[in-house]
Order: sequence, then C-alpha cells, then structure tokens
Amino acid sequence: MAAESKIDPMHQFQIDALGGGVLDGTPFIFTNSALWMLIVFGAILLFMWGGMKRELIPGRWQAAAEMLTGFASGLAIGNIGPEGKKYVPWIFTVFTFILFSNFMGMMPFGVFEAAHPFTVTSQFSITGVLAIISFSIVLIVGFWKHGFKFFGLFVPHGTPLPLLPLIVPIEMISFLVRPFSLALRLFVAMIAGHILVDVFGYFIVNGINAGTPMGYFVATLSFVFIAGVNALELLVCAIQAYVFALLTSLYINDAVHLH
Amino acid sequence: MDLAAAKVIGAGLAAIGVGMAATGVGNVFGSFLQGALRNPAAADGQQGRLFIGFAAAELLGLIAFAVAMIILYAV
Repeated sequence: MAAESKIDPMHQFQIDALGGGVLDGTPFIFTNSALWMLIVFGAILLFMWGGMKRELIPGRWQAAAEMLTGFASGLAIGNIGPEGKKYVPWIFTVFTFILFSNFMGMMPFGVFEAAHPFTVTSQFSITGVLAIISFSIVLIVGFWKHGFKFFGLFVPHGTPLPLLPLIVPIEMISFLVRPFSLALRLFVAMIAGHILVDVFGYFIVNGINAGTPMGYFVATLSFVFIAGVNALELLVCAIQAYVFALLTSLYINDAVHLH
Repeated sequence: MDLAAAKVIGAGLAAIGVGMAATGVGNVFGSFLQGALRNPAAADGQQGRLFIGFAAAELLGLIAFAVAMIILYAV
C-alpha cells in the first residue's frame, strides 16, 4: 500500500525566504510573499497599461480597464457623494490590489512545484496594513474637516440624554474595531477557502493512493466537490475585494459627513 | 480529559458558529430576494446595503472559524 501523505493544509501559507537576509547582513529578506506581491503589481500594471491607450473607440482591453476604474469611482462617488472624487485613488488601489492578489492565489500554477502561488491577502500583516491605511484616512480626514466635532460621530442623531453613557462607549468600540474587522474578514475568508480546497485535494490524492474502490469513490466525489468550491472561491475573491472597498468608502463617508 | 482531546472538542464547538453564520448569510440574501421580488425597481439601489449586511453576518462566522483555528494550532 502506498504511503499516505499527511494532510497539512497550513503549509501553503508558510513564508519562505528566497534571498537576501542574514547572509547579506541586512534584515530585509525577499520572501515568497514579496515575490507574489511583485507579480500582482506587475499584472495590475500590465492590465492598466494595455487599457490606457486612450483610443476614441475603446477596444475590448480598454473597455475592461474602464469598467474597473468606472466601478471604483462609482463606488466612491455613490457612497460619499460628489466629494468622493478625492478618495477614488485609494478605493481603486485597495480594490484592484485585493482583487488581483486574491485571483493570483487561486491560479493553478501549483502544477509546477516551484511556481506554487502564494495568496498575498492570506496574511494578517498585509490585510492589516491595508485596513490601517484606510482607518488612517478616516481619522485624518475626519479631524482635518471637523476638528474636535469629529467626536460627534459617537453620538447618533436624536439620542436621548440619559442613554448617552451607554451609547457613546458602544459607538466608540464599534468605531475602534473597524480596522480589525476589515482586515480579519479578508484574511480569514482567504485562509478558509484555501484550507477547504487543500484538504479536499489531499482527499483525492489519498483516495487514489489507497487503491480501493472506496478510495476511488471518495476521490471522484472530492474532485467534483473541489470544482464547485473553486467556482465559489472565485466569487468569494471578488466579493471580498468589493466588500473591502465598499466598507472603506462607507467609513470615509462617515468621516466626511459625520452621519 | 487530556488537552489534545479538549482542543479538538473545543474546535468542533467553535465550528457551530460557522453554521450559525451560514444561517445569517442565507437570511440576508433570502430577505433581500423577498423584498426585491416585491419591488424589483428598487432592488438595484439596495445592492450596497445587501453587501453590508452580508459582510456583517459573514464576519461573525469568520471569527468563529478563526477561534477554531486558534484553538487547534495556536493554544
């Protein structure tokens, strides 16, 4: 009987050093995470460059790029209002970066052992930094525009006076937890999907290795399941990018208009 | 009970939360569909709110998943 491979779904999130670091005497290490961030950046650059020919009659590529920019600006202006135009660059940046890195992580490059894709957004440090930047924009814009009136954000309109000691801490906690929830949602959704696909991938391998009819049955079932889950994961990738951009624009709207 | 067994049971209990979040997400989309079919003209304008509700319901399930992972691998 063939040796059973151990199910180890966490291995794919491991960060490996590819170069630099201790040997060169610098603390900066070039990891696979950095490599895949560069690949994502290159893909976005390629996509946008190909789409920014500024032809009068847009071709397919330009139409796709315009759809992406139009979507981001529609999100910002629809949620923030006419002032939202200022924040389009950041909304567009987070949306495209998250979308492309989510999709890059789903790419089946793993058939070549060395080219196993690394999902950049599956690390809390990456999504955390994105969320902190979004939150910083909210704080800076809020205090810049409203000064100390920005704390009025913690007092919803028409709150009865006796309820204030209760409402203000609740609003404050829900405000402070925003960057955390923003980052956690994205990275956990990515991790959960990849673990699910990985575990069922191991089921296929172990089922075929077992060589029994039951093993083949489980492998076939897992294969069908994986095909469905992969389609669902592609949807989740797009939805998570959309939700991140949507919530960022809503939080900025809070800072601009003080609900 | 030794720690390893307790860990696995705890992670399994945390997974209940994921199922509850599934109910929540289904409720969000189901209610949206119910409203949208009654007034299809107003449905498109509420898509943003639909995804806000989805995000809020989904977050709690993902937190439950994170708790299960922490129990399994980090404790």
